[in-house]
Amino acid sequence: MKLEELRFGTELLKRGFASMQKGGVIMDVINAKQAAIAEEAGAVAVMALERVPADIRKAGGVARMADPATIVEIMDAVSIPVMGKVRIGHFVEAQVLESLGVDMIDESEVLTPADEQFHIDKTAFKVPFVCGARDLGEALRRIHEGAAMVRTKGEAGTGNVVEAVRHMRNIMGEIRALQGKNPQEIVARARELEAPAEILLETVKMGRLPVVNFSAGGIATPSDAAMMMQMGADGVFVGSGIFLSSEPEKMARAIVEAVNHFDDPKVIAEVSKGLGQPMKGIDVHTLREDEVLQYRGR
Amino acid sequence: MGVKLGVLALQGNVSEHIRGFERALSDIGDENGSVVPVRRPGDLSGLFGLAIPGGESTTISRLIQKNGLFEPLVNFKGGIFATCAGMVLMATRVDDARVKTLGLLDMTVLRNAFGRQKESFEAEIPIKCLDEPYHAYFIRAPVATETGNGVEVLARIDAGIVAVRKGPHMALSFHPELGNDFRLHRVFLKGLGIGE
Repeated sequence: MKLEELRFGTELLKRGFASMQKGGVIMDVINAKQAAIAEEAGAVAVMALERVPADIRKAGGVARMADPATIVEIMDAVSIPVMGKVRIGHFVEAQVLESLGVDMIDESEVLTPADEQFHIDKTAFKVPFVCGARDLGEALRRIHEGAAMVRTKGEAGTGNVVEAVRHMRNIMGEIRALQGKNPQEIVARARELEAPAEILLETVKMGRLPVVNFSAGGIATPSDAAMMMQMGADGVFVGSGIFLSSEPEKMARAIVEAVNHFDDPKVIAEVSKGLGQPMKGIDVHTLREDEVLQYRGR
Repeated sequence: MGVKLGVLALQGNVSEHIRGFERALSDIGDENGSVVPVRRPGDLSGLFGLAIPGGESTTISRLIQKNGLFEPLVNFKGGIFATCAGMVLMATRVDDARVKTLGLLDMTVLRNAFGRQKESFEAEIPIKCLDEPYHAYFIRAPVATETGNGVEVLARIDAGIVAVRKGPHMALSFHPELGNDFRLHRVFLKGLGIGE
């Protein structure tokens, strides 16, 4: 086998990587110690951050890519994949993370957008990307730009699952509503959704998004995680919900098991016993419009 | 025929493996065959073969123990079709104490042997049991370095051994469930005495 015959960073390798995460929990961590706890608890990957989303909210100001030293520290601490966040449209932050060797890049509304017109051209990268979406149109636009994985946005850093539920229902409901429509009707709907017709046709045919779709933004308990799985998520991201709870190790293990047994309430009951205090959380309706992260990057 | 196969459904690329087995059963004309997800020990009963999919070997290993599947898998009477993380779990020795392996194939396995995701690659490789080369997808793949006790090496690349077989078991460091080439699934079924 000659080296020049190897192909790197193809679409299938990117989507295949995302596929290996299915049925798993991806946890936000801010240092090597938290990363080791996440790995030990059974996380399939960790998201390396400077601060968890709830603390980004509190800090205010411009939220940017984490210090590369933090990301490298976390990469050195665990054997599972490490992901990192970049600002929407900030392709140089993405180039930096790719050069560090992160396994997946999250082009994330949790950070302050760098471009209000364009997302990153993700086809230009060998590293796979995950992007947030609130509805089917957003999801398909991100896939068209080269995202290998979608996550419903929810409302990060609130510990409130209501927006995650809304966004998952938007996407799954729209796909269900299009079943049985003819190609002409689907193409017409694609125009309304501002989505590429071809990807919508493929989505309707498959009865699901053509890439892995995780849930994110507000998951704080094992029941939250299992609910998102029952609604059709392929897996979950848990941001502030683990390390802002009173007993992170227990909460992390419990959420992993709840995702594994998402359709078995007895197991969810068992793992939910004595977990201490979940993160405090915010009523989403009390947020000012400029504090709502999901409106960023549509 | 009505062959019953299973896919270990704890974490990872489960639905693609179900699709792969269904396709292989239909290719050999077994219209009554079925493929079921396996989460608990009872799900293993009556299975001729089981796929252990790719995913995170640390996570799958933890869930195997949590779900009381460790002993039942070690004592499973059918064949196991193990890919990527599955290959890690089949080994007797692995370079990472966090993974408790089943030890069904005498080999040493290195996790993430090629490095991080940016080193993931696809390539045409020759495989001993196939006439034509196989287009293989290696995603944060492991390799085996030493094999013993009757483990047959089916494919080797510069970095190490990437496909092995022993009795009814096969282990591959790449992903035969991705793409549309199901020849290795059929080789596995043939090893179970199913199909030709």
